[in-house]
Amino acid sequence: MKIHIKNGHLIDPKNNIDAKQDVYIAAGKVAGIGNAPDGFVANQTIDAAGLIVAPGFVDLSARLREPGSEYKATLRSELQAAAAGGVTSLACPPDTDPVLDEPGLVEMLKHRAKQLNLAHVYPLGALTRQLAGKLLTEMCELTEAGCVGFSQADTSITDTQVLWRAFEYAATFGYTIFLRAEDHYLAQNGVAHDGEIASRLGLKGIPAAAESLAIASILRIAHETKTRVHLCRLSTAEGVDLLRQAKKQGIQVTADVSAQHCHLTDHDIGFFNAHANLKPPLRSSRDKNALCQGLKDGTIDAICSDHTPVDDDAKLLPFAEAEAGATGLELLLPLTLKWAADQKTSLSEAVAKITCHPASILGIASGHLGVNADADIAIFNPQQEWKVSASQLKSQGKNTPFLGLTMLGKVRYTLLHGQVTYQA
Amino acid sequence: MYNPQLDADGKLKHLLTIEGLPKKILTQILDTAETFVGVAERDIKKVPLLRGKTVCNIFFENSTRTRTTFEIAAKRLSADVINLNVGTSSQSKGETILDTVDNLIAMHADMFVVRHGQSGAAHFIAQHVPDNISVINAGDGRHAHPTQGLLDVFTVRRYKPEMHNLRVALVGDVLHSRVARSEIHALTTLGVPEVRVIAPKTLLPAGVEKLGVQVFHDMKAGLRDVDVIMMLRLQNERMSGALLPSAQEYFKTFGLTQEKLEFAKPDAIVMHPGPMNRGVEIDSSVADGHQSVILPQVTFGIAVRMAVMAILAGGQSSGGSTGGSA
Repeated sequence: MKIHIKNGHLIDPKNNIDAKQDVYIAAGKVAGIGNAPDGFVANQTIDAAGLIVAPGFVDLSARLREPGSEYKATLRSELQAAAAGGVTSLACPPDTDPVLDEPGLVEMLKHRAKQLNLAHVYPLGALTRQLAGKLLTEMCELTEAGCVGFSQADTSITDTQVLWRAFEYAATFGYTIFLRAEDHYLAQNGVAHDGEIASRLGLKGIPAAAESLAIASILRIAHETKTRVHLCRLSTAEGVDLLRQAKKQGIQVTADVSAQHCHLTDHDIGFFNAHANLKPPLRSSRDKNALCQGLKDGTIDAICSDHTPVDDDAKLLPFAEAEAGATGLELLLPLTLKWAADQKTSLSEAVAKITCHPASILGIASGHLGVNADADIAIFNPQQEWKVSASQLKSQGKNTPFLGLTMLGKVRYTLLHGQVTYQA
Repeated sequence: MYNPQLDADGKLKHLLTIEGLPKKILTQILDTAETFVGVAERDIKKVPLLRGKTVCNIFFENSTRTRTTFEIAAKRLSADVINLNVGTSSQSKGETILDTVDNLIAMHADMFVVRHGQSGAAHFIAQHVPDNISVINAGDGRHAHPTQGLLDVFTVRRYKPEMHNLRVALVGDVLHSRVARSEIHALTTLGVPEVRVIAPKTLLPAGVEKLGVQVFHDMKAGLRDVDVIMMLRLQNERMSGALLPSAQEYFKTFGLTQEKLEFAKPDAIVMHPGPMNRGVEIDSSVADGHQSVILPQVTFGIAVRMAVMAILAGGQSSGGSTGGSA
């Protein structure tokens, strides 16, 4: 199968391309950029006039709900959502049921995803068995089965000794640890940012210090044990500051922020809107501004969707009882574009935050369109408006704080291995 | 700004929280309540304002006092009353809040009085009932207890009518208290110029000063020259642990004794939403003393709840016309 993507504007930040260039695809790989390779005859031509051609997006955190929560979402529904969102590679956290702490489960997940052939799925293995924070998992076996790193999902390791040893063990083999930094005790039972809004609404707060204290100890341990660590979904200004200092000191640390947190604050909880019940909690506008600024100056490396499909019943409850999370795969592009527009930064910068940067964090070859790279491609119209609605979303999770709002930026084609997996 | 408690004409549709309600509506409720105070003193303690209406008390959290006063208020308005203690029935069988509410809607109730352990539960229910049903929040988590806030300002207004010239201090567990939040909003909305909170730092929510209060951690300084002292209840489970070391130490530092009462103005009144922990947050001699208005609060509570129900049921601006001599 040979495809010619013509007349499009190619943005490939890793290869420093931001120009009108045609893309030629053969045998699932990029065969040529700008000029057709010798003897290239396309079976299919995609006219991308007025559209942006970019590497397929790489999402550092998308819950697919399999195994264990198929009533919330299935691998098929969520990978279709990924394709509709232009996401061609995604990392999924290990908090499935059962937890991804055994090689067999990882192999099965990889196998099922491969059969569906809608996106590359990169599981993050559990760092400790059952995510209980006590016993290490078989990290080498899990890596062989397909894990690209190790994570505690939304739980914290409270025993510092275990945390330290987990870092040492992972560092032995050069694995990356993905942690959402949160002090277990300070965050316990909390559902909102500990501030004026939570106080007014009578919601139990999670202080910003719950994140900064955890980051401080994680960074210290990463430094001592020389472990590569990735901080997932930063939410506080203090966290961004600590990260900035750590990077200056040469600690091997990267970080992401969820697309929601680039735009929303605790004010968006409004009158107890359960869609705004997220983990980490939406924080103050000062925090949000620091996150956006940290992304802009490169302190924060990537934007993730934090895709967490939740069924309606789990949201139709009073705020604190509702399950946290929002669907996100299909919103990753427009929310990233909006961040770039708000920050007056280039389209290329925006694309980098969801392509080459997250790919390098995962240690995968995707995220760029150099010759011979996998032809994982997203073609989108950055000016196209669309309204977020339950019927519009492919994801089985219809819950998002952006429901009913108009987004700018829509994926028109998604290609995986040179095959069109989505077209609108 | 959108307010889920008001209808398109700005009239009260649900009573969920004091926050965001205009002063005009608070005054309307208090004035209407004045006309109902007299009803209880008559031989026939009933007015027909809610005749033929069904009021449903849905209590997801146990309560005897609040439920009883709502029941009495509804019955004095001639409504039919159904009491449902969901905490002990449906919820334990796995029924969701909405299932419970849908069932009651199907039984053609006209008004829901709701108490729930989660903040926002009353808002949640109000969002899901049809237009003809009003919801009254009888306490949701730590968020709001608007009828308590109203009866407290009603009591204040009765004893200290110069609201714009008062100093009021709330003492105790503000962090966990829906009553404190409702009192603060009611007092500030009605123009009380100085509202203070007095508590140890462990019992104050983050950014409490943004609610328009001055923060004190010392009874002597906090009570100085105040006209009204509103004590807050301290839950048993919070008396010893990481929030407070012991009930004894709490009583010593923040309990209202005759001695500490003397820091306030000589004619200051003492209030408590009940039930009281004598010897923990308040000394018996103060609770039963001549400055205490704790029992009148209970009496006024019925009149205020009647007023809220009457206004919600018929847009009644005054119960006086049908309520007889007040």
